[in-house]
Amino acid sequence: MFESLILILDATLRVSTPLIFAALAGLYAERSGIVDIGLEGKMLGSAFAAAAAATFFGSAWIGLFFGIMASVFLALLHGFACITHRGDHIVSGVAINTIVAGLTVTLGLYWFDQGGQTPSLVGAERFGPITFPFADALADVPVIGLLYSELLSGHSVLVYLAFVLVPVSAWIIYQTRFGLRLRAVGENPHAVDTAGINVAAIRYRAMIICGILCGIAGAYLSTAHNAGFLKDMSAGKGYIALAALIFGKWRPMSVLLACLLFGFLDAVAVRMQGVEVAGIGQVPVQAIEVLPYVLTVLLLAGFIGKAVGPKAVGRPYVKERS
Amino acid sequence: MTTPYAIELRGISKRFGAVQANKDISLQVPAATIHGIIGENGAGKSTLMSIIYGFYEADKGEIDIDGQLTHIRNSQDAINAGIGMVHQHFMLVENFSVLENIILGAEGGSLLKEGVQAARKELQRLEEEYKLDVDIDAIVEDLPVGLQQRVEILKALYRGAKILILDEPTGVLTPQEADHLFRILKALKEQGVTVIIITHKLREILALTDNVSVMRQGEMVAHRETALTNKEELAELMVGKKVRLTVDKSTAQPTDTILSAKNVSWFDEQGIERLKNVSFDLKAGEIVGIAGVSGNGQSELLNVLSGITPLSSGEIHFNNEIITTTNTKNPQQMRELKMAHVPEDRHKMGLVTGFEAYEAAVLGYHDSPAYNGKVLLKRKAMQSECLERMQKWDVRPPNPYLKTANFSGGNQQKIVIAREVEQNPDALLIGQPTRGVDIGAIENIHEEIVKLRDAGKAILLVSVELDEIMALSDRILVMFDGAIVGEVSAKDADEKTLGLMMANALNEDTQTGAQA
Repeated sequence: MFESLILILDATLRVSTPLIFAALAGLYAERSGIVDIGLEGKMLGSAFAAAAAATFFGSAWIGLFFGIMASVFLALLHGFACITHRGDHIVSGVAINTIVAGLTVTLGLYWFDQGGQTPSLVGAERFGPITFPFADALADVPVIGLLYSELLSGHSVLVYLAFVLVPVSAWIIYQTRFGLRLRAVGENPHAVDTAGINVAAIRYRAMIICGILCGIAGAYLSTAHNAGFLKDMSAGKGYIALAALIFGKWRPMSVLLACLLFGFLDAVAVRMQGVEVAGIGQVPVQAIEVLPYVLTVLLLAGFIGKAVGPKAVGRPYVKERS
Repeated sequence: MTTPYAIELRGISKRFGAVQANKDISLQVPAATIHGIIGENGAGKSTLMSIIYGFYEADKGEIDIDGQLTHIRNSQDAINAGIGMVHQHFMLVENFSVLENIILGAEGGSLLKEGVQAARKELQRLEEEYKLDVDIDAIVEDLPVGLQQRVEILKALYRGAKILILDEPTGVLTPQEADHLFRILKALKEQGVTVIIITHKLREILALTDNVSVMRQGEMVAHRETALTNKEELAELMVGKKVRLTVDKSTAQPTDTILSAKNVSWFDEQGIERLKNVSFDLKAGEIVGIAGVSGNGQSELLNVLSGITPLSSGEIHFNNEIITTTNTKNPQQMRELKMAHVPEDRHKMGLVTGFEAYEAAVLGYHDSPAYNGKVLLKRKAMQSECLERMQKWDVRPPNPYLKTANFSGGNQQKIVIAREVEQNPDALLIGQPTRGVDIGAIENIHEEIVKLRDAGKAILLVSVELDEIMALSDRILVMFDGAIVGEVSAKDADEKTLGLMMANALNEDTQTGAQA
């Protein structure tokens, strides 16, 4: 029992990682007032770029770099539409998602001729697990062995990075000048403008950070969690991350907890596949997978506390014409 | 050698598309004085100030600050030149603390911690020096508007402003709060700060300023020393013709009670009592004004009376119909009972700004057979009727096909009022009839309201403009915190008493008139 719990928690960490990156990405975007439904597309684009570059250059790190570049490009495109041209955030985001879903497969077919996939990644083309000191030695010690060697040790560097970035983001948002301005611009851009700060510059910076984080999320999917790019491999994680962002009420630490909860549900769903539960029979996987969305809807409906987002989110900033 | 002016403008021009908002404007403001800029809505005052504050760039012209030619391309340039601005709609982040709002943009380092200590000290000094008491750790949205305005002033001073511009600063304040603001501004002047105040209220100009400049249709038409001018001269300069500041009207001849509210209460979604036991009678042939600082239940009262929100308890008697919590009437049914309603906010509730005028002119009455055929709308009929009304009400331009958004505020308001009045209602609820309307049109609208009264209609007027309430009403009810706290007849009313009643600062024994 304890062992299977550890295994589920271990899986939770792995599946939560892309959610954490993407949800933090969304957090920077939305705190600056940009709705980013395109997290999904950026992640998918990065997953493809990372896997393709990793295959080509034989290095997961170069793959990561290209993944981030692709994602930042898409983020800036979204910014260009929403900030510079004051377009509708949802329309731009959906457009990005749609384009990327088609483009990745098309380019994949053209370059690799493997049905839209990239070749399987091996060795240095992937982010391998990091084994903590003494993890092997301690593996057989009861309790501690499982906790240390199985749960804490043996993840890729990106998993650890995700958990480090949460407190770092909290610090940036609440303790720094950039954070203050970021929060202000998402609440009342007019106040920011009249304080002599460039609204568009802050929002573009937020979008670049959003792009970088989505890029890491995507690269994680194709070069750490899996070994190569698969068609539509982001599989709605961008939307789950958005749900986690709302569920965590746009606060980094709460968002982390929401990502872990949703990741846990995902891990349980996988674990429950084909398992007979006494008195119920087989639980359909979909019943568990739908929970993040159901929880978010309940939250938004006001059953679990109250979710109030940044006030100016989704509204293009136009200087008033008196 | 003369001392240089704190600010001098030469030949400032600014054009928005077809509109020449500012035309060759020159202005000289001596240091450490309070300078008033007065003009009608749309005269270009706010545009001019936005240019000084770097919100817009002028097409032409020069700005000298302290005798130095200064290029102001954005707000940062303006701040650097020592200019601070308190906007009409406060530029505050509502869920931030006062401190966070003040340091925003002047944080003093990339980490907040570094700046915050210094800011606290400096703010304490400023608060003491200028008597601007504010709790700097309070969250802005919890503060009353008067204090929020002080936060704006502090924000400007914290940035080292030597020139402070205030845009319509008293619009949201009670007369007492406004007086307090004036004391603060005078203290600032004594400390050497130059204050520029934009307003369309003559009383404030005369009470506060050293000099006054008058704008009309984008041009600066006159400069006066305040001591050497008077209300009548300024009003005339503003509109370019002689205006009456009072409405000519005979004594009211009220007849039967048409509308009466009996202990009407209304609770909002949070269960807060927004209307508390409101009772009053409204007779045919009289105008009853509801005075009060905005947000004290006036809007809720209009909503309940017009059927937009059902009442929570009490009764409304109107034309032999008794409206209760169980017998509710929606706005359409109220209109059928001959109750017309000119909503307070014409953009949100009175008009669909994307509609053409003839479409907006039938809203609320769009089911009437006059506008509906069997299947299709009778567009021809709507259009010709709209044109007729536009001519009757002097709506400019008289073009039924123009989008409502493209009319000026006064003309939009006339479209709404004409729509409601031309249905020949028995009672008219009218909220803020002249908000954002220029003086010429105000006069016109006021005359029409009095005409309606003389035609035997019952009129309930809600306005935050005391002048308007006093000029039009036959009786005045004062609302405070959702309740009617007093009634005065129009001839006994003066600004001071009403102001005190609006702030509920009168003791029971000095309160004139019976409780309504």
